[in-house]
Amino acid sequence: MSADTMTGGAAISIKGVGKEYTTDAGPVRALTPTDLEIKPREFVVLLGPSGCGKTTLLRMLGGLITPTEGTITIGDKLLYSEGDTRPSREALGSLGFVFQQSTLMPWRKIWKNIALPLEGKGVGRKERRQRAEELAEMMGLAGFLEHLPRALSGGMQQRVAIARALVHRPSILLMDEPFGALDAMTRDRMNSMLQQLWMDTGKTTVLVTHSISEAVFLADRVVLLSQRPGRIQDVVEIDFPRPRSLDIVKTPQFGEIVQHLRKQLGEV
Amino acid sequence: MSTPVRASEATRPRVPRRKWTDSSLLLWITTPLLLLVFIAAWKAYTVLFGVGELMLPPPETVGAALVELMQGSLIYEAIKVTLYETLVGFALAAVIGVALGIVLGKARRLERVLSPFLVATQVVPKVAIVPLFLLWFGFGTTSKIFMAAIIAFFVMMQNTILGIRSIEPGHRDLMRVIQAPWWKRVISLDIPSSLPYVLTGVELGIVFAITGAVVGEYLGGDEGLGALATMMLAGLRTDMLFAVVIVMTVLGFLLYAVTAAIRRFAIPWHESSGRPTSL
Repeated sequence: MSADTMTGGAAISIKGVGKEYTTDAGPVRALTPTDLEIKPREFVVLLGPSGCGKTTLLRMLGGLITPTEGTITIGDKLLYSEGDTRPSREALGSLGFVFQQSTLMPWRKIWKNIALPLEGKGVGRKERRQRAEELAEMMGLAGFLEHLPRALSGGMQQRVAIARALVHRPSILLMDEPFGALDAMTRDRMNSMLQQLWMDTGKTTVLVTHSISEAVFLADRVVLLSQRPGRIQDVVEIDFPRPRSLDIVKTPQFGEIVQHLRKQLGEV
Repeated sequence: MSTPVRASEATRPRVPRRKWTDSSLLLWITTPLLLLVFIAAWKAYTVLFGVGELMLPPPETVGAALVELMQGSLIYEAIKVTLYETLVGFALAAVIGVALGIVLGKARRLERVLSPFLVATQVVPKVAIVPLFLLWFGFGTTSKIFMAAIIAFFVMMQNTILGIRSIEPGHRDLMRVIQAPWWKRVISLDIPSSLPYVLTGVELGIVFAITGAVVGEYLGGDEGLGALATMMLAGLRTDMLFAVVIVMTVLGFLLYAVTAAIRRFAIPWHESSGRPTSL
């Protein structure tokens, strides 16, 4: 549990945030009121079984779901204050969101997919193109700017989605099981790439996954959420040095942490 | 029992060669062939059963009538009128149908409230309304334009609603996350995403529109292909009636071909491009 004080300098501050859905069968609680602070440049992974509210929490951070109670602060701007039904536009601007599916628009060329968040915001076409080129370069997509999404593999499509999430230069990157739909090998490669990207850009990153080893490989801190109604069950600091190689998975320390988390998830 | 695979065969890269039967070339052979078979059967029927010229003229008589028709000026005047009614009626239906489709697709509650009435406009046998249209809009082209429009309207609206409903939730989330203003959502998501559905509606709509115009002409007025057909019937020129119907068919076919071409041009990214929807 983090100290419940007004924090100077937290990138994301979650205070008493919970979510209750109303269904035909009555109210269903997805997330019990939760506190969490995320430091700038930190890589936090929300880990848990399906139905633990991890995606709900992430979608609240992204302004896609309104919390039933609590406040969320992004940097020094309130995203949701108590009772708000809409996220503050200002706070949303410093977030980039990557979905489980790439959600690329099949009718748009790659560069136009990347530049989409800049459209209608007073950024000229020339600058949009330039920003898209920069990000494509960074994500290893340089030769594909003029292609349509269907010409790209699933892993590459997800890289386009990451480029799109970064194009408006947010300070925070939110990722909802971004590699969940990819095959194991591609997934490993994407995780290495993501780590490198995070180290190069220093974006505060919150990633949701149900893969324990993915969580331990990527995170500075793993936040373990329990089965419905979701609540924080454990927070585990991971202090393997960076950059971590994929071989780290084979070390006994890695195995220990995985084992520890697995036990709490009731998988053993 | 398995066939032994020779090494050379296994390592040779299989070039996926398109069979000639897959190509569009095939259509250029089969279509005339089938048409020929049809005409032969037609001829055989008239000869074998001794059907009178008035009931079913043989193909060569219809052919001659078609040539005669095309040499006169009457048919071109009629085509012009029918085409005008069809296109104006279709445009009217497209604008209202698509616009209403977008609104109803987005406002589910409104759609639920209005849907009985919208369905009712379709269940009413439209041919029965024609006399009313004649009464309201006269025997001129206006009543036919409305006829074409009302028949074509529904299918375009329905397809647009379906298109708006079929927008991926992920895309909607994305537009919210990037804080796209409402007009940007309409331009960059709603319209392109529902375009394949809208264009399917357009393909069907144009065919319905020409049907509406012709039905209107059949029932009142003295202009257009429908009126020409009834005139031929009244003059007991069955061969000419057939010729007019052939002209109508070709006209409808051409209009359909244009919309199908628009589809291929407008949504090259969509799977449906290249194979137009069958009616």
